[in-house]
Amino acid sequence: MPDKPDRNAIEVVNVSKIFGSGEGQVAALDNVSVSIRENEFFTLLGPSGCGKTTLLRLIAGFDFPTAGEILLYGQDIAPLPPFKRPVNTVFQSYALFPHMTVADNIGFGLEMLGKPKAEIKARVAEMLKLVKMEALAGRRTGQISGGQQQRVALARALAPQPKVLLLDEPLSALDYKLRKEMQIELKRLQHETGITFIFVTHDQEEALTMSDRIAVMSSGKILQVGSPWDIYDKPAERFVADFIGETNFLIAAISGSGNGKARATLKSGTTIEATVAEGFQPKDNATVVVRPEHAKLTKDKGDLSGKVENIVYFGTDTHIHVQLDSGEAFTVRQQNTRSAGCGFERGDKVGILIGNDAAQVLRD
Amino acid sequence: MATAEEVAKAAERRDVRDRWLLSAPALLVILFAATGPLLIVLVYSFLTPGAYGDVKWLFSPDAWTSVFLERDIFDDTLSLAAAHVTIFWRSIKLAVVTTLATLALGFPTAYFMATRSEKTRDLWLFLITIPFWTNLLIRTFAVLQIIRNEGIINTILLKLGIISAPIQILYTDTAILIGMAYVYLPLMVLPIYASMEKLDFRLVEAGYDLYATRFKVLRKIIFPLVKPGVIAGSILVFIPALGAYVTPSVLGGGKNMMLSNLIELQFGQGRNWPLGSALSITVMIIVMVALLAYVRNAGKSGVRHG
Repeated sequence: MPDKPDRNAIEVVNVSKIFGSGEGQVAALDNVSVSIRENEFFTLLGPSGCGKTTLLRLIAGFDFPTAGEILLYGQDIAPLPPFKRPVNTVFQSYALFPHMTVADNIGFGLEMLGKPKAEIKARVAEMLKLVKMEALAGRRTGQISGGQQQRVALARALAPQPKVLLLDEPLSALDYKLRKEMQIELKRLQHETGITFIFVTHDQEEALTMSDRIAVMSSGKILQVGSPWDIYDKPAERFVADFIGETNFLIAAISGSGNGKARATLKSGTTIEATVAEGFQPKDNATVVVRPEHAKLTKDKGDLSGKVENIVYFGTDTHIHVQLDSGEAFTVRQQNTRSAGCGFERGDKVGILIGNDAAQVLRD
Repeated sequence: MATAEEVAKAAERRDVRDRWLLSAPALLVILFAATGPLLIVLVYSFLTPGAYGDVKWLFSPDAWTSVFLERDIFDDTLSLAAAHVTIFWRSIKLAVVTTLATLALGFPTAYFMATRSEKTRDLWLFLITIPFWTNLLIRTFAVLQIIRNEGIINTILLKLGIISAPIQILYTDTAILIGMAYVYLPLMVLPIYASMEKLDFRLVEAGYDLYATRFKVLRKIIFPLVKPGVIAGSILVFIPALGAYVTPSVLGGGKNMMLSNLIELQFGQGRNWPLGSALSITVMIIVMVALLAYVRNAGKSGVRHG
């Protein structure tokens, strides 16, 4: 993990946002607190309706919180209108001004800040170069492709050198290949400009590959904040484990917990070592998660036993779905080789070996 | 068998024929109800007036010279027809002021309507169109009822003790302007609303995000994008306002003659149909020139914006 200074760019303190009134009241954000460090690529990840875009709009100033504070380098910006916040947004729809050229779009923020013409011109040229759009500076925004519009939207938001850049699902309208390219491009831009990025997405893969830290959100709450490694390998709750990647849930009896570790006795009777969700003291029964790639299938007796239900080939690996003797479902992901098949067939009786450092005890 | 090229050509021919057939009714109406009468007016403007109205079929350019010039009855010299120029100028001024007044009132109204929820938007739209249900003359008399000395405004102000004697609004230029603005306001609101409704308000948010104040967002983003509506509304108001007849007559009391009154006079008491025809065509030319200048100007500033 790269070193990041400990200064916080944004602090969201006990923020709630309630839409509507009376019976139709909806809490889009429910007492949310989170700190976003300076120079960080921070992602708000969650399904649609989880409140991630609402949180972004509160930071941008398009909506105002019902309760709570939003601090930008220690100063409460929650009551300020958007044009008084040194924060810029890349919109999901790009929202480029159709009556202006690419260059005029990029220069708009600086023009509104009252910067001298020469400075605007130089900065626009610099931005055009940064997003590799020099050749199309004079075009109208309706005359360029979606990917190019995306670059212009980025350049426009970066041009006034905001303290924080907000990105609202900016890649969702692009096709797969372009999206991959822009993911790398975004990381490069963040690195080169040194600006704090807050990125909103519902795409867990995008979040894992791009972020320094991720906040997983659901129903107006932040469930877990951590590095991609933390979120993927040490999920705190069932929702987090389920939303990010594929996983297996097993019910286990917990004994001898302490020091962030516990011994979990599975329904098969086998006892395995497991890490425990941060700050959680498990009691008798708990849910244990094991990622499909951290388990191994064997023809001998394993930690678990069951019958092969289905085999799905994915090119790089093969997913083998097993019905456990306990009735639970379990998936094992097995790396493929060129010469041989996966070595199992539907209906085979198999054992499953769980690695030493593979299981995590969830909070719920 | 026909080649693909032949099939395509036949389809294109059919397409062209269908288009003519479909537009034929409208074209016929325009030909007989607009172009035809207009040609008659044009021909009449070059004829000699008859003693009891009508025309004598004798060519004469007199009607055209007397649009802006008058012949001295003693020495036959030509001089500027001051009365006509005054009337032209008064009508043009009224049309311009009416256009500006309806724009000033209509733009915020359209913005208000376009920013309502979809359901209430339809209600507002419906309310805006209600005046069209009533005859223009009746609406004008309604305005008269409100502003006359014993009318609603003066009565209320008197009762409240704000004024001691009624304010004379009726039969003044103010009265004409109030009436004109009221009558033509929907024609300004509707096209602006149509443009405004299509406006992507996320662009407005983007403007705020990029440090534009509310006024700057209005000037730099909203106004340029709804400009087609503003142009359409201005045209729709300016043209009928220039030829307005009922409203200036009723509310102005007929003290100050407008273009429409002047033209009516030639066809009525004046018994000078050729002059009436020449005046009518002059008004048409003024409108066309004004529109061309306006649209061209608006188009230019659009390019500068982009």
